[in-house]
Amino acid sequence: MITAGRIVRLAEFGRAQLHFFLDGQMCSALAGDTVLTAMLASGHALRKSELGPEWRAGFCLMGACQDCWIWQDEGPRIRACSAPITEGMRLRTTEPESWP
Amino acid sequence: MSETSPRIVIVGAGPAGIRAAAMLVEAGLHPVVIDEGQRAGGQIYRRPPAGFVRTPEQLYGSEAAKAVALHALFDRLAEEGRLTHCAASSVIALQEGRLHVLGEGGVQLVSYDRLILATGASDRVAPVPGWQSAGVYSLGAAQIALKAQGVALGQRIVLIGSGPLLTLVGAQLVKAGADVVAVLDTSSRRQQMRGLWDLAARPLVALRGLALRARLGGRYHAGVTLERIEADGKGVTAIRWHDAGGREHLTLCDTIGMGWHLRAETHLADLAGCAFIYHEQWRQWLPKTDEMGRAGNGVYLAGDGVRLLGADGAEIAGRLAAVACLADLGFPAPSTASDLRKVARLERFARGLARAFPWPTAMARALPDDAVVCRCENVTAAALRQSTDFGGSEANRVKSLSRVGMGRCQGRYCQLAAVELIAAQTGCTPGAVGRFRGQAPVRPAPIGAFLRDG
Repeated sequence: MITAGRIVRLAEFGRAQLHFFLDGQMCSALAGDTVLTAMLASGHALRKSELGPEWRAGFCLMGACQDCWIWQDEGPRIRACSAPITEGMRLRTTEPESWP
Repeated sequence: MSETSPRIVIVGAGPAGIRAAAMLVEAGLHPVVIDEGQRAGGQIYRRPPAGFVRTPEQLYGSEAAKAVALHALFDRLAEEGRLTHCAASSVIALQEGRLHVLGEGGVQLVSYDRLILATGASDRVAPVPGWQSAGVYSLGAAQIALKAQGVALGQRIVLIGSGPLLTLVGAQLVKAGADVVAVLDTSSRRQQMRGLWDLAARPLVALRGLALRARLGGRYHAGVTLERIEADGKGVTAIRWHDAGGREHLTLCDTIGMGWHLRAETHLADLAGCAFIYHEQWRQWLPKTDEMGRAGNGVYLAGDGVRLLGADGAEIAGRLAAVACLADLGFPAPSTASDLRKVARLERFARGLARAFPWPTAMARALPDDAVVCRCENVTAAALRQSTDFGGSEANRVKSLSRVGMGRCQGRYCQLAAVELIAAQTGCTPGAVGRFRGQAPVRPAPIGAFLRDG
């Protein structure tokens, strides 16, 4: 499903490119992107809802709604709207099989 | 700062927090400013990360000079070491004069003698069937994405709701080159005219709003009825709505931005023990203060977290709260007469906004049974209505029975609609339904953050 993303970049194109992994696939982002921007530039949603059939893609982008918590391959969950993307980050749209 | 200087902590580094800090520094004090942002500025004057190149004029339009002045003032005070800035830090609890501050290194305790809360506001949203789908955002989110990241949240965007932000975000997105296909205002033109007399308190701001509206052209529709957001497995695909003449429309889109003006962020004021009143004009509970922002017990409130007057009002309120704080500590405090006069004018303008762009009471109350009220817990209108049949109308009882408002956002985005549903179901007023009690931590915090070595 991760081919073209939901987000449209309108400005700030001159930033350095960096790479991260989303569900094991390498994707590119720009330095200064939040995790949310980076993921939605490559995909259409951030995670599956725990309580319904739908996907979620964030809602408030200001750290108030908590809709955008996502999993990493290792380490703690992160709030995608406020965490900056970093080189080599390994993110996932579904929860890992075992809790860290 | 001497050892005996009172320790004043400001929560929030938006227009109110920055002005409060500057006023305290001027009096020779050294405030601590705790803020969730990476850089000071708040939401409306939010700054992009370092390395972004758009000019303030591109980012903030007519408000660029105000934004630049606030950013420069704060940066200068921080550089000169006249205040302590705790960036990217959330106050998650407060108890007995101590704040629990969650930052990168875990939870720290910060004690205070006086506390100024300048926590701002977020979008006041009302549920529309299908709003839990991927691709539905708040209007504020659409604006933050554009300002702080230089992106549009989708390829075909429809904005819905009512209030100044609806027009502003629409015009900003259009100008930046995003594809905004429709801007749907639930307030009718006749309703908007009713606010005109009070909106005339700030003629330039009102005219600027009309000019922005003109930029939206045929995309803008007043007096709409919103039916349903359609979605497939990937997210939003369309929105169904009726225009003012009753004609049905299906507008294809992949993204929705929604909001009906603002909801004050009051969780910390609640934990600090502030009294609240249900404010009919804003259809929400707001903390009680005097005209300076004094809430009692050494707590002061400023900005949109207590009175929804916007960024200009927040700057003034920040100064007033700091002056009140200084006066209460026995410091000489500057005159506030001119600021208080300005507030009166802003209050009149805000009354006009509230009347022209009302909260959609009837829509919230008529939410179909199968629609989700609470996005966090996916609680439907039916589940909420049923819980009132055996639990009664008290907000916290409904919360514990139906789990509405018990999710991770702690009711920030469902409470006001839930209260309308409860009021309609039980035949009482929203004020009588009450409000969800704030609970610490007011932001989710990992258990590990509370663990200490040894």
